[in-house]
Amino acid sequence: MAALVVAEHDNRALKPATLNAVAAANEIAAGEVDILVAGKDCRPVAEAAAKIAGARKVLLADDTAYEHGLAENVAPLVVKLAEHYSHLLATATTSGKNLMPRVAALLDVMQLSDISAVVSPDTFVRPIYAGNALATVQSRDPVKVITVRGTAFPPVEATGGSAAIEPVETAGETGLSEFVGAELSKSERPELTSARIIISGGRGMQSGENFHLLETVADKLGAAVGASRAAVDAGFVPNDYQVGQTGKIVAPELYIAVGISGAIQHLAGMKDSKVIVAINKDEEAPIFQIADYGLVGDLFKILPELADELERRK
Amino acid sequence: MKALVAVKRVIDYNVKIRVKADKTGVETANVKMSMNPFDEIAVEEALRLREAGIVSEIIAVSLGAAQCQETIRTALAMGADRGILVQTDAELQPLAVAKLLKAVILQENPEIVIIGKQAIDDDCNQTGQMLSALLGWPQATFASKIKISDGHAEVTREVDGGLETVSIKLPAVITTDLRLNEPRYASLPNIMRAKKKPIATTTPQALGVDVTPRLVVLKVEEPAKRQGGHKVGSVAELVDKLKTEARVI
Repeated sequence: MAALVVAEHDNRALKPATLNAVAAANEIAAGEVDILVAGKDCRPVAEAAAKIAGARKVLLADDTAYEHGLAENVAPLVVKLAEHYSHLLATATTSGKNLMPRVAALLDVMQLSDISAVVSPDTFVRPIYAGNALATVQSRDPVKVITVRGTAFPPVEATGGSAAIEPVETAGETGLSEFVGAELSKSERPELTSARIIISGGRGMQSGENFHLLETVADKLGAAVGASRAAVDAGFVPNDYQVGQTGKIVAPELYIAVGISGAIQHLAGMKDSKVIVAINKDEEAPIFQIADYGLVGDLFKILPELADELERRK
Repeated sequence: MKALVAVKRVIDYNVKIRVKADKTGVETANVKMSMNPFDEIAVEEALRLREAGIVSEIIAVSLGAAQCQETIRTALAMGADRGILVQTDAELQPLAVAKLLKAVILQENPEIVIIGKQAIDDDCNQTGQMLSALLGWPQATFASKIKISDGHAEVTREVDGGLETVSIKLPAVITTDLRLNEPRYASLPNIMRAKKKPIATTTPQALGVDVTPRLVVLKVEEPAKRQGGHKVGSVAELVDKLKTEARVI
């Protein structure tokens, strides 16, 4: 048994979510986990991957075709490498979700999406119905293609390993699709999916401008800022802020939900957080049922007060 | 050009699901069923492309039990031109669905296939990517904007860090994200008109596709309940609890 983890990166740095996928791979095939870094001029990423604790070797596929991680080009590469592996894994982020089903179909196997636990090398737990049920599923396929719910697997250490880096033959350009451009949100704050603390706003924020109240608190806590789907739909913030079934799945140490009522859709994205705080003026809001600490009141008064209190007790 | 949309019949998104006592699955008897919301967005996008003069005909395909006819009728009431039902009582997993859709596509030759990015029941998020792989077509997943010109689709995609735009050659498969559009409601006259629109029925056998499930569901359980519900009286008390009791700040 051996597992290949497709690393997520931007050609310069390894995305931390990769460490969660490696953790899942370790539960399946400890000691036989390789990491694939496919990109362009991405040797620094391979070097970072080689340091991951527990990595056996790093496969480096450096080619223009992989610069933007287009699934049409990367999938044939993974398929070519698949014969050496019993398990192929990636994170259940937008890039892993885009790539892995294409790999699975080319191998004529089903994918196991978004696994939250490893029961045995062929049996896994995965959430269905927005996390309102957990299915234990067994794969009959010879190769298991898996995407990993990062929050369910504590990351392995990013350092301590010294795996060899092995260049692999690339599979070339399919010419099916072309990268045009990207508009990535720039923020000094941590990324939602790897943040230790998240503060999110909902429809109760009333406007995008009011999110600065959250940002002030976030900066005192070193937190990331998120939002509910209602806040995104209302146009307050961009969609990449969205936490929920249709957005990002997060499980920070502390999640502070502000002006969020607690729709099932939102809870699905954050209910595995260690500690949940809810601030809402409606004391009947469902979010309070799952909150460890609920504070009923006007968020426009509470947020500045919270910022001051955090400053005072630093 | 012809557009093909796939529409899945799922438990309505407003229904609070119940896990069956024998852990074999989720209760679906006497539960309201609807079209998967992401597939509604796919139908709407196809309609807008037809209104823009780019698409000439819209075919709505559903796969599953006889009741999936209702889901196709909904798509027809929204404005799709005709339907195809691939009827089977067998459990269909995304790989099988992708193979069945491929078989239908090879008969119908659409130039653009639009489907939801994921179904809200199994949350798999696989079918579109699998389908484009099997067809050897390009894919654009999680679309929030589609522009068609010169045999290409320029698609803006929702990715974790923001937005990404790709240009893909048609024919292609596009999967929809939430912000692509807001689906219309079917008007009463259109619901009446939809009753006369044709729905062809076929089967996995007729399409020559083996749909044997590759994944066996051993059990379905409810997740552990969170113990919440504690209230604090003030900001000071909240900060205090977070520092001394929860020790997270």
